[in-house]
Amino acid sequence: MTDISKPITGGRMLLSDEMIQVFYRLLAAFLICAALTILTNSFFSLGNILNVLRQASLLFFIASGLTLVVLTGGLDLSIGANVAISACIAGTVIHQTGSPTLGVLTGIGVGGAVGMLNGVMVTALRIPSFIATYGMLWVLHGITYWYMGGETMHGFPAGFRQIGSGYFLGLPIPVYLLLVFLAIGTIFAQRTTWGQEIYAIGANPVAARLSGIPVARRLLLVYTVSGAMAGLASIIFLARLNSAEADIGESLTLPAIAAVLIGGTSLFGGLGTVFGTFVGALILTLVLNGMNLLSVNASWQPLVTGVIVILAVWLDMKTRRRAA
Amino acid sequence: MREQAMQLNTNPLQRIPGVAVMLVLLCVVFSLMTPGFLTMPNISNVLVQSTILLMLALPMTLIIMTEGLDLSMGAVLTLTSLIVAIVALATGSMVMGLLAALAVGTVFGVANGWLVAVVGIPPFVATLGTLGMAQGLSLIVSDGQSVVGMPAAVRGVYSGTLAGVPLPIILALGSYLAFHGLLYHTRFGTYIFALGGNREALKFAGISARGLLILVYALGGAMVGLAGLLMTARMNSGHPTAGLGLEFDAIAAVAVGGTSFERGNGWLLGTLLGVVTVGVLRNGLNLLALPSSIQVASVGLLVIAALFVDGLRSRS
Repeated sequence: MTDISKPITGGRMLLSDEMIQVFYRLLAAFLICAALTILTNSFFSLGNILNVLRQASLLFFIASGLTLVVLTGGLDLSIGANVAISACIAGTVIHQTGSPTLGVLTGIGVGGAVGMLNGVMVTALRIPSFIATYGMLWVLHGITYWYMGGETMHGFPAGFRQIGSGYFLGLPIPVYLLLVFLAIGTIFAQRTTWGQEIYAIGANPVAARLSGIPVARRLLLVYTVSGAMAGLASIIFLARLNSAEADIGESLTLPAIAAVLIGGTSLFGGLGTVFGTFVGALILTLVLNGMNLLSVNASWQPLVTGVIVILAVWLDMKTRRRAA
Repeated sequence: MREQAMQLNTNPLQRIPGVAVMLVLLCVVFSLMTPGFLTMPNISNVLVQSTILLMLALPMTLIIMTEGLDLSMGAVLTLTSLIVAIVALATGSMVMGLLAALAVGTVFGVANGWLVAVVGIPPFVATLGTLGMAQGLSLIVSDGQSVVGMPAAVRGVYSGTLAGVPLPIILALGSYLAFHGLLYHTRFGTYIFALGGNREALKFAGISARGLLILVYALGGAMVGLAGLLMTARMNSGHPTAGLGLEFDAIAAVAVGGTSFERGNGWLLGTLLGVVTVGVLRNGLNLLALPSSIQVASVGLLVIAALFVDGLRSRS
């Protein structure tokens, strides 16, 4: 084992290092599955496994955009609040116009616009990303609660609800969306110039700027994509829950960050993959699903997620020896 | 070293206008718009309500000076407030409640400091993790319910007076003076300035930056424990979501007060004015009958504006 990893930590074979990291995580996911199959009767059933996949795909949509942000060495703490505002505005549009298409476009548009504002704060105003997006979190939170005024929106067209709760050939629709965005995200990050430039910015922003990468424009793109993915996630939430409230996505920020970090994306930027984030989302969903099946009180979920976030960063730093 | 210290002492003076002008402007606008603002009971109300925030903002200033951040304060405040309520209910003693809250707060502070200084996790992620833990523990210890039936001694901490001055004001002033003395008149304070501005110098002076960082976060945790007592006394109960998000008001107060997020120079008087500014903003919007959601959004805008100005300053 050490023979294989020795030359890799030297930094030359970056991609295969990433593949080994992802492999370990897939192994962990399988071990959790095996443990849950032994410990509970209800885990290994088609219904529950499809349920896990659907929940993991919801988490993945938010976490995939966030992965790009973290790859540049930034963070987006506003995604949960962004899901809430996008869902509420998209819900209103569907109610007013009766057109799910317009609603979907609105949700993604609002999310993307919020993300772009984050990008402007980080690039043009040069506010550190975690504090800029943290300020944005509370601005969005306030606006959403004011906009909804404590109301709940119910009842969306049946066709629209299919996006969140429908099946095609026995698989939930969100799982197909997951596969599409996993492919797009992976190809974008690994196989396009823009994707590689994002890695370069995260690895060394000064070197990236000196080598002619338009850093500000790429950062703007990354934050906009993160926002738009939160908008997309809000649509799927809306379709799945068939209702919208001001607190709809609030509790999603910490799990999304956890998924990215469990997936092996380094907080210091430049290292990680979108596929890793998918595995991270899967692992976190499995753990929470398992706690649910073992009838652990739901109050334990934030505690466990917090512990997992810290463990994931610690493990990442141990295995990569990139201690700051 | 001495030259640098003098620079740090004169620089903040140039900042007095920023936050003070904002505070005066807000006061003028609110007194013109609502008749209830500029009255003795309301002003005293704003000050008393700001005391909990000040107790978070003082240590937050020190933490931000070390180029750190503590996002867990609101969640830990919720937890310590619940601990005060549960222990005071069980033992009938306010002091036991306070001691338990101080202990729990300090444990969280030490954990934050250890994760940041020893493990090397970036502060905003380390404290986001402990935020989740404190939030979870709050739900677990309270079972999602309010804890009611406090002994009179607990309530007295918030409603009592000493020589006509409300007790919370005395506690807050005491905390401010203690922090002022600590930061500007002790060696510990000098080290904190060095921690943010010049870590190399600390190394040459043979000071352990790790130990110092842990101390700074631990101090923050202990203050959150003290604030937990005030919180429980104010609500006369413990509530599992009471303090969530209050760390943001604390960060806002520090940022508005002119402490920089990147250069390690902090200004405690600015933080004090920043706390009052946030308090006045929330109180004024409240008197104008605007919903609390608008207050939250305005505090968010206030932070972004303050950081924007700070960014302009650092470039010039």
